[in-house]
Amino acid sequence: MAFIDYYQVLGVDKKASEKDIKSAYRKLARKYHPDLNPNDAEAHKKFQQLNEANEVLSDAEKRKKYDQYGENWQHGAEYEQARQQQQSRGQSSGGGFGGGSSYDFEGFGSDDFSDFFQSMFGGAGGSGARGGRQVKYRGQDFNAELHLSLKEAAETHKQTLAVNGKNIRITIPAGVENGQTIKIAGHGGAGVNGGPAGDLYITFLVADDPRFKRIGSDLYAGVKLDIYTAVLGGEVTVDTLDSKVKIKVKPETQNGTKVKLKGKGLPVYKKEGQFGDLYITYEILIPTNLTEKQKKLFEEIRGESPPAP
Amino acid sequence: MVNLIATTEICTYHDVEYTFINSLGEAGLVDLKVVKKNTYIPETELQKLEKMIRMHHELEINVAGIEAIIHLLDRVEQMQEELRVLRNKVG
Repeated sequence: MAFIDYYQVLGVDKKASEKDIKSAYRKLARKYHPDLNPNDAEAHKKFQQLNEANEVLSDAEKRKKYDQYGENWQHGAEYEQARQQQQSRGQSSGGGFGGGSSYDFEGFGSDDFSDFFQSMFGGAGGSGARGGRQVKYRGQDFNAELHLSLKEAAETHKQTLAVNGKNIRITIPAGVENGQTIKIAGHGGAGVNGGPAGDLYITFLVADDPRFKRIGSDLYAGVKLDIYTAVLGGEVTVDTLDSKVKIKVKPETQNGTKVKLKGKGLPVYKKEGQFGDLYITYEILIPTNLTEKQKKLFEEIRGESPPAP
Repeated sequence: MVNLIATTEICTYHDVEYTFINSLGEAGLVDLKVVKKNTYIPETELQKLEKMIRMHHELEINVAGIEAIIHLLDRVEQMQEELRVLRNKVG
């Protein structure tokens, strides 16, 4: 659940006066109002955000709590727990974050509030804690990144990572893609007042391998081939991700010829036994620093050859 | 036979002054019917009227502004429809 900067939504400074906030809201509401933007989903979404921001910042009490709690919302769970503990010791008064009057704007019901708003202030329909009922808050979500080499990404293996002071051991399936994110439910921050724990999102960052280009489960590589093998045929040894293979080269192989090595790519993510392919492209090397004899032999071959098209 | 709704009812429900609805009628933005000295609005005009009431209440737009906006919105919706037709042809 992402923090929402309501000041930014309204385009005002954090020290903006009530009048400034009202003026900014009015100006933007006129721009994004659904009645003035027919069939414009983006404008409607923006309008909802404006209303939510105005709901918080134009209400002195909500604004105060947002300013106190909102900026450090990632520690809000601990803050709220500490506050509740203080309340139970009778050291502070006041209700929770919920409650407040229903918002009156036509067509903008409590369902339209973001998760962030609802977690701070409860539903707009007065579901709050003024009467003493404690509001449950879901714990915050955590995000982590895990760096892998291409070779590591090609094998299912376990890794331990430290998240927020705790060690979590996870199994990384073979074939994960660069930037792929997985969710581990319930491993985020603890919930408040019995609310559910948040989730842990892990993004895999798979490094490039200088030998291969990866597209999905397939790998692509260039292979240098000497002119003699290209012309006469033979064998060439090619690197795969974890080994080498010898492949036959047909006579008169042209520069840029592609060959598919089936099943020599990466494992397909979550598909046991399935593999992508390795595509190699031959790059024929023209010999250099020829001896006089070699040049003479090439001249003879040219003499025997039909004229170039 | 179209249902007619009394403007007094609309004014009470939407908390809007009669003079405002009358101004919309005079601007030709809504069709008002007078029956036995009472003013009514056809049910078919209700959606349009409520949109104008929202513009007035929520966005503080006066009648002249509403008039300009309605005309522009009509053009926008027409152009959106033309675009949709053209896209279907090209697609």
